[in-house]
Amino acid sequence: MRSSYRLALAGAAAAVLLAAGCSSSGSSTSSNGGTNWATQTSASAGGGMNALVAEAKKEGTLNVIALPPTWANYGAILSAFTAKYGIKINSALPDGSSQQEVDAVKTENGTAKAPDVLDIGMAVALANTSLFAPYEVSTWSDIPAAQKEPTGLWVQDYGGYMAVGYSSKFGTITSLNDLLSPRFKGAVALNGNPTSANAALNGVMMASLAEGGSAGSIANGVDFFKKLKAAGNFSPVQATGATIKAGTTPVVFNWDYLNLPSYVGVSNWKVFIPQNAILGGYYAQAINKNAPHPAAARLWEEFLYSQAASGGQNLWLEGGARPVEQAAMQSNGSINTGAAAKLPSVAGTPTFLSATQATDAANYLASNWAKAVG
Amino acid sequence: MAAVTSVGKTPAAASASRPRGIHARRRRRLNIFRYVVFTVFGLFFLLPLLAMARFSLEGAKLGTWSGTAWKQIASYQGSGVPPLLSSIEITLELAVITCVVTLVLLVPTMIWVRLRVQWLARAMEFLSLLPLTIPAIVLVVGLGPIYNRIQHYNLSALMLFWVYVILALPYAYRALAAGLSAIDVTTLSEAARSLGASWLTVIVRVIAPNMRQAILNALLLTWALVLGEFTIAFLLLYNNLQVELYSISRNTPNAGVIFSTSTAALLFAFVLLLILSYAGRRRRGRG
Amino acid sequence: MAVAATTQTGARPSRAGRRPSVPAWVGTVPFLAYVAVFLLWPTGIVVVDALKNPNGSWAFANITKLGDPLVRGYFVGSFKLCLLSSVIGAVLGAILAYAVASGDPDGMIRRLYLATSGVLAQFGGVTLAFAFLVLIGPAGLLFHASWFYSFPWGITVIYTYFQIPLMVLVFLPAIDGVKVQWREASENLGASAWQYWRYVGGPLLTPAFLGGTLLLFANALSAFATIAAWENQISYIVPQQISTALSSEVGLSSVNVADLLALGMVIMVAIVMTGYALLQRRAARWLR
Repeated sequence: MRSSYRLALAGAAAAVLLAAGCSSSGSSTSSNGGTNWATQTSASAGGGMNALVAEAKKEGTLNVIALPPTWANYGAILSAFTAKYGIKINSALPDGSSQQEVDAVKTENGTAKAPDVLDIGMAVALANTSLFAPYEVSTWSDIPAAQKEPTGLWVQDYGGYMAVGYSSKFGTITSLNDLLSPRFKGAVALNGNPTSANAALNGVMMASLAEGGSAGSIANGVDFFKKLKAAGNFSPVQATGATIKAGTTPVVFNWDYLNLPSYVGVSNWKVFIPQNAILGGYYAQAINKNAPHPAAARLWEEFLYSQAASGGQNLWLEGGARPVEQAAMQSNGSINTGAAAKLPSVAGTPTFLSATQATDAANYLASNWAKAVG
Repeated sequence: MAAVTSVGKTPAAASASRPRGIHARRRRRLNIFRYVVFTVFGLFFLLPLLAMARFSLEGAKLGTWSGTAWKQIASYQGSGVPPLLSSIEITLELAVITCVVTLVLLVPTMIWVRLRVQWLARAMEFLSLLPLTIPAIVLVVGLGPIYNRIQHYNLSALMLFWVYVILALPYAYRALAAGLSAIDVTTLSEAARSLGASWLTVIVRVIAPNMRQAILNALLLTWALVLGEFTIAFLLLYNNLQVELYSISRNTPNAGVIFSTSTAALLFAFVLLLILSYAGRRRRGRG
Repeated sequence: MAVAATTQTGARPSRAGRRPSVPAWVGTVPFLAYVAVFLLWPTGIVVVDALKNPNGSWAFANITKLGDPLVRGYFVGSFKLCLLSSVIGAVLGAILAYAVASGDPDGMIRRLYLATSGVLAQFGGVTLAFAFLVLIGPAGLLFHASWFYSFPWGITVIYTYFQIPLMVLVFLPAIDGVKVQWREASENLGASAWQYWRYVGGPLLTPAFLGGTLLLFANALSAFATIAAWENQISYIVPQQISTALSSEVGLSSVNVADLLALGMVIMVAIVMTGYALLQRRAARWLR
């Protein structure tokens, strides 16, 4: 048998497989009846909200990424959007990190699967503005100037304060140093690796502030965890809903909206925010410059920043997160007062890390974290 | 000689025909050894599986029993994400395609190399074992541009098979190489060719059937690999079974469904492999 | 002779007339092309990018970063974990394989253990890590093993869970290949069991054993999902650090660092494989 026969056979097999595997999900053609929404910087510039809604409905799909359903009530937000506009949402990689969102934008650029919108941490947002499209939502003026990029390349959306969630079997925690006592043996965990995950880095920073440090230095926080480790109280186990329920990780550092009993799944879960260490962190929205569904992407942003009773801002509030327009909504009365009352009360001004402070903290952790708790 | 008479008989049969004494003692010692080994290893493998099964039957509160996790396999659906069942379906299809392509790619090539292109044998072994040295997590980074191209033609998760075949290469190659080295390929092929067979016939109808056990072995390994693969699917943003289980575990408080799905997947694969082992039974007495 | 000439030239007596004589190696082209596109090309991209800066210019000095104490720590961690789990897995797997092989080839136990091995060889990730956590973690169902949290002991136990079945799958064919006749022949010549293993069985099985250990080593090296689900607050091993380099949200992500770490892993395995090749060449002489 000649090798050419085999080559033909192999080629035929490959072709058959390719054809068999081919699904009919083609990319959506941009029906350009009028405006090209990919370049519009606001709804009014593109012809008004109705035009935006119409075009988005024509596109029919929205690609989102890294939106876990139980994170800040995203499940309800996704359903509400689809129910209101009839636009199908493809939610990819629910447990992805901010960096992976940006990577997806880069690798899937030009395909129909690329993410339309991103919800990312500030560090990643600041580093990747070249991938975003500027857009100003209708409620632009209600967003504090410090929490948005002047042209709308990124806009903060919701946030919370770093807290310690714990099982009520430990009583009540009144200070972070309580965690050093023997009854917390093998119990205290962060939510991830601080050199990788935003929430974990802020957890260490919060400990740093509580131990007398400042936002410019995370060293006190690393020392605190070193003390925890020495006392045998630090648990290196990756905390998930299952480990919390099984009792393997009964104390977890995480954002307050991720330490809700409903999110954690344990009814006797309590939350503690040290009053001398109120560390706040907000995430940011961005629109992919080359979004496959530009109108749907912009409509999604309008929905998220809408102050309606069932709009994004109030839905986030119901998820225990603080919406960025909270101050404005409280003065104009559109806020869901019941949900707002349920937020953990804090007395004092929250600290927010600046970009340089966050980078310095990250660099310090890169060199010292493993040594301290490894 | 005594050795000749026992060719073709199992060791048990051979020694049974011997008088009592050293061989019976040895047989007994061997049996004790075997039972101890099977018990110890059996426990080691069984306990975590039992723990998983126990947790799959866990109710809302610790200590209660409930079958909801098992029912959820069919009905589980996160917001906006495809249901769990579809990721199971995709993974099973992927496993089949990967198995087929791996075999079609490897078996003829290995036989051909063994017969006609021996100088490539070392290189082929090296290439087949190479995927082991490249961690999947960075193979993915290098695959970015390639998958970008593939995704322009086809967005289905089934396209993962291209890289899964590469992942399966080392394991399949080892299994097939062991089988190939155990048979006398040269003699068989020469005999077949002298009777007028084409090379295709030689490979498919003469040599491959003699490698049945090895081929089955390779299938086993490939199948298990695809069912358990996580890293590449996760980083290429596809939704296969393991990725789905991972995100359920991270985002659902009562994640019993991940245990029921894993237990079900293991049971299914186990039963399948058990059935396959009957299909690959080698007839005794053949050279 | 005539037979040799037939295999040499491939010329056939009767069939299908004249054909252009294509060299035999062309038959391996599908395989080579496939591997080139989906393995060699991505590897090339990774290796080249490891020696570049993020902006695309060459930075050969990057390779010295592999000597950085922090980076060395990851490689030492990986090496420890892989060595432990592969050696323990290989030895235990070989014992189990021997127990399975010495029974009835068509028997139920062999089928059971083979099917189990096939299933468990690739079992890992979040479910395996969690199963062990509930068994011997703090709220352990069985008992609480305080050493379970320390690296590398805890994770080694978890790794052996899939290393042993893999070894069984890889080593069993080799044991099957040791013919019963050889054992009986050696007995007839008066050898004891120990002498049989020392002079006949051992050397026969050594190449396969070493090959299996190497396979286990490489398998442990790339494993990621299991340790990520077990303890991910610190990077103990290289794949965890590669994941951080690829997906860090706090600004520490760098594809070039990830590529560099991968290059380091490739070098590490290359060294191990060279050692294996040397050992195998030595052991292969026994088979001649």
